[in-house]
Amino acid sequence: MGMKHMVAVSAIALAAVTGVAKAEEPLKAEVIHWWTSGGESAAIKVFADAFNAAGGQWVDNAVAGGSAARSAAINRIVGGDPSTAALFNTSRQYHEIIGEGLLNDIDAVAAKNNWDKVLPEPIAKAVKVDGKYYAAPVNIHMPLWIWYSVAALNKAGIEKPPETIEQFFAALDKLKAAGITPLALGGQRWQENSLFSAVLTNVGGGKLWKSVYGDKDEAAIRSPEFRKVVETFVSLKPYVDQASPGRNWNDTTALLIKDQAGFQVMGDWAKGEFKQAKKEIGKDYGCIPGLRADSPYVLGGDVFVFPKTDNAEQIKAQHLLVEIMTSPEVQVKFNNLKGSIPIRSDVDVSSLDACAQLGMKIMSDPARQAPDASQMMEESMYGSVQDIVTELWNTPMTVDQAIDRFDKALKG
Amino acid sequence: MGAELTRHVKRNLVAYIALLPMAVVVIFAYLGTMAWSVRLSFSSSKLLPRNDFVGIAQYLTLFDTPRWLTSLGNLVIIAFFFLLICFVLGTLLAIFIDQNVRAESLFRTVFLYPYAMSFVVAGLIWQWILNPDLGIQHTMHGLGFSGFVLDWVVNSKMVLYAIILATVWHGSGLVMALILAGLRGVDTEIWRATRIDGIPTWRVYLSIVLPMLRPMIITSLVLLSISIVKMYDVVVAMTNGGPGTASEVPAKFIMDNLFERANIGLATAASTVMLVTVLLVMAPVIYSQYFRKSGRAS
Repeated sequence: MGMKHMVAVSAIALAAVTGVAKAEEPLKAEVIHWWTSGGESAAIKVFADAFNAAGGQWVDNAVAGGSAARSAAINRIVGGDPSTAALFNTSRQYHEIIGEGLLNDIDAVAAKNNWDKVLPEPIAKAVKVDGKYYAAPVNIHMPLWIWYSVAALNKAGIEKPPETIEQFFAALDKLKAAGITPLALGGQRWQENSLFSAVLTNVGGGKLWKSVYGDKDEAAIRSPEFRKVVETFVSLKPYVDQASPGRNWNDTTALLIKDQAGFQVMGDWAKGEFKQAKKEIGKDYGCIPGLRADSPYVLGGDVFVFPKTDNAEQIKAQHLLVEIMTSPEVQVKFNNLKGSIPIRSDVDVSSLDACAQLGMKIMSDPARQAPDASQMMEESMYGSVQDIVTELWNTPMTVDQAIDRFDKALKG
Repeated sequence: MGAELTRHVKRNLVAYIALLPMAVVVIFAYLGTMAWSVRLSFSSSKLLPRNDFVGIAQYLTLFDTPRWLTSLGNLVIIAFFFLLICFVLGTLLAIFIDQNVRAESLFRTVFLYPYAMSFVVAGLIWQWILNPDLGIQHTMHGLGFSGFVLDWVVNSKMVLYAIILATVWHGSGLVMALILAGLRGVDTEIWRATRIDGIPTWRVYLSIVLPMLRPMIITSLVLLSISIVKMYDVVVAMTNGGPGTASEVPAKFIMDNLFERANIGLATAASTVMLVTVLLVMAPVIYSQYFRKSGRAS
């Protein structure tokens, strides 16, 4: 073997080795999120496994608590050492960082997957800023489902679950007469706010929801319809048990599981509690999406954002993450565990549970899609609105005072 | 004069060098961040700090926010009762223990023990005790007293007193320990002299011993005041500000606006108000502690 030959062989070998090494170098993606509970961590593992199977390397960075996780992500972004991706709610939480130019857009993936067509309009609006997609929605939570205990309703002699607000109040009265807590409410600011939102969407309707929270229209806030909403909300007070203040949402759902209470307004994540207690939809508990034929389906949920970077490998990893997380198969698998519904209408819904299938069906009607309140105003304004709701619920504030304060808070 | 100063510096050079890191930390970490917060309170910062200037707009918004005004009112009520009860109770406990009771160390441990516990744990314990579904009321109903009501943590009118109860339980042991240390330092000759003069014991405590314990009293009042201003964890653990906004406190308002509501401008304005309040309250104490003493010395 000549010297020349040797060199050539070793050069080829070297090339082969480095080539292999390069192919084996996985696409690293560090993801900050707050999904730490049992069902949640099982759900995010779907993403992690799918990403790893596609040749990536998922680096999990779970921070307990939503606001703590978002603070961590923002601090790293501002500090110049961002993660590959970070979890936010489908809201305006990340719009200010987009404005500062601190996020990468993901238009390339969005265009390839035809997001303009497959995403429901409110979700698309929340993730598309100035004509570019900046966040990848991964699920849709409807925060205002009305859950009920079948046994409690039977015991109170209620033949079928209510379909109108009048039937709902009639059912509450029957439950009260039967000595069962009619309405299970956890007296924390956000839960009281969910109850108010449910009254606003079910008594006021989707149009009022959008004109009060979206347009912040003074005429709508001072309209007789909104007045009716506030009055209805206040009239629910006697149906709540005394131990309500400060109770966690899952302890409140437990009252339905133990058939000690009739109804609870809670997001679809409550299903996880029922499932854990081995309860079945239809047999032990049921879900009501709304109390009017055209009740709006409020679309909340979670998105991943992708901090600014020029590193080509990182951008590649970001795009792969979006591609994987929003692919139909992963969507179904993930949302089944998370309790939410997929973000796209073109998926096979047969494996979803009955409530999720009902949700998918309602959501397919664009007229009933409505954005979550957090998508229509900044967090500070939404906070002031929640302060009013909780005071309205817990103090003898009059309806007029409440309307004045809503008007002032929504003017910003 | 100049030479003397140089000699002074030279002699203490090592001490100055040793103090330097601490001085740097104080100036940059404490005073620097404080100044930065005050600066931000005059900006329109929301989620991220901004460098613009909007005058006192954030302060106007702040004092137009019902929840902030409620928080301030609550703080005044808590401060009054907490200081009063903690101080009186702590002092009385110290005096009782000082009577050479048996098993003194046991009592001392029992009374001081709550202070060793974190506020979060203390808050949770009291939340359970006072919760109508879990605590005393539930037990009494189980025993057949169905008319028994103890619903402080879920009653808007009583919730502040539930928090005061928990904090007094937590804090009075500290006052006891400080005052007891002071009582042990009182010269036995004084007791002998007053006994010869036939002065009643309560009078000796009130007119002679307690005035002698001025430094201990001031220290305990300062420590208690600080824990009032930064009161946050106990409220979060016990009520999370509820029912409604009935037990909101300023520190919680600041934290909520800083992290959950992405409103840095308003949060820093609120914390600046708290800072100024603390300085105003502390000014007389600092004056009496340092300036009067140096005045006497000269």
